[in-house]
Amino acid sequence: MSFRLALQESPGNPWISWQYVRDNSDTILAALREHATLTAEAMLVATLVAVPLAVIAYWYRPLTGPILALSGVLYTIPSLALLAFVAPYTGTTKPRTVLIGLVLYALLLIVRNSLAGLNQVPPEARDAAQGMGYGRWGRLFRIDLPLALPGIVTGLRLATVSTVALVTVGSLIGQGGLGDLILGGFRNNFYKAEIMTGAVLCVGLALVLDLLLATAGRLLTPWSRRIAR
Amino acid sequence: MMADNPIGQAVIWLNDPLNWTNPGGVLDRLGEHLWISGAAVVLGCLVAWPIGMWLGHAGRGGGAVVLISNLTLAIPTVALLTILPLTFLGFGKPPVIVALAVFAVPPLLANAYTGVRSIDPEARDAARGMGLSGWQVLGRVELPLAVPYLAAGFRTASVQVVATAALASFVNGGGLGQIISAGFGLGTAVAGGQILAGGILVALLAILVEAVLAVVERAVTPKPLRKARGRAARRAAAATGSA
Repeated sequence: MSFRLALQESPGNPWISWQYVRDNSDTILAALREHATLTAEAMLVATLVAVPLAVIAYWYRPLTGPILALSGVLYTIPSLALLAFVAPYTGTTKPRTVLIGLVLYALLLIVRNSLAGLNQVPPEARDAAQGMGYGRWGRLFRIDLPLALPGIVTGLRLATVSTVALVTVGSLIGQGGLGDLILGGFRNNFYKAEIMTGAVLCVGLALVLDLLLATAGRLLTPWSRRIAR
Repeated sequence: MMADNPIGQAVIWLNDPLNWTNPGGVLDRLGEHLWISGAAVVLGCLVAWPIGMWLGHAGRGGGAVVLISNLTLAIPTVALLTILPLTFLGFGKPPVIVALAVFAVPPLLANAYTGVRSIDPEARDAARGMGLSGWQVLGRVELPLAVPYLAAGFRTASVQVVATAALASFVNGGGLGQIISAGFGLGTAVAGGQILAGGILVALLAILVEAVLAVVERAVTPKPLRKARGRAARRAAAATGSA
């Protein structure tokens, strides 16, 4: 009720406007595409770095502390500061300026959860693999990583959701995907419809990607469902 | 030469006393940053601690606590910072403080809930057996025993808020982020040093807050709990060593 009242108070500048969405569908779709691309690239690079790091920490116990500590420090550094560290070197016109910050931020979540997943591999499974003559790499790819998948997927889901939200910080240099709509609307005389469209799509994108990853995780680990039953 | 690269420029920028003492200089911005962050954390504590502890005391709502932390993870800070000034809160510091408090709530809430939940049920039963009422159990038994968890949540939330407060500069909310935003406004070619210097200041502040609150967390954890944890760890190490 109060929501409708608020709409009536300011008929010229509503929070939700289909008119705006229709008139600017090209801009909105371009921003959404940029946002999704940045997220996908960041997650791809982060996964390619973080999962091997987790495996190294799993194989060489003394390295576990330093690896977790380093990614923890990177995670403590504010996102805007990371952007400030990278931008003077890479310039403000390229998406990769934002990409580097996103990757560094996603590392901790993936490393920590992948390591937790690897540590949960039952010792019996490892012994059995060893008894069957698996080498270190064979065991890694056919026993350890598949059994650690639930942990890895959890890490990927958390990292993806926070990355989608974090991309918007890039709007400070005009590389923020949907964040450009949000900040652009704010600067464009507080155009509420533009801000709200960007924000809603951003949360929606995070939820959709989270759901996709959760489904993929379930399909990839059919055994965990059987155990649950 | 030193002024050729961004690091050299940042050192020069930081060594100019006027950049610190001018109106809108580092000292002004640092004061704003600490004031915004402090107010946001206090507001978050006022909301999250009573609710979290009550849920933990009642033993309900664990699912809701998880749901809230997952949902806030998906909300972009930039969106809240731009939406709240356009509501009844108006422009200036209040919407920024509320936006930051929203992100402080999940760690505070989760730790308050876990802190009360994880108390030895026997301690609670003993308190009840001694005739304490529900409120007295909460205030005299559960609250003191949950303090280490509350401190851990306070530390996580504070570091996060101090880091996020840098984004307040997006909506001209003040704080150290303003130095970075102003630098980007001038362009990386002209103000690369200023941008980098602002980044260094923000990062140092976050790490400093983390370090100070780690000491505070240790100090408010009652000695017996601290010692027991250390002894247990040592015993475990000795056991694995002899085996």
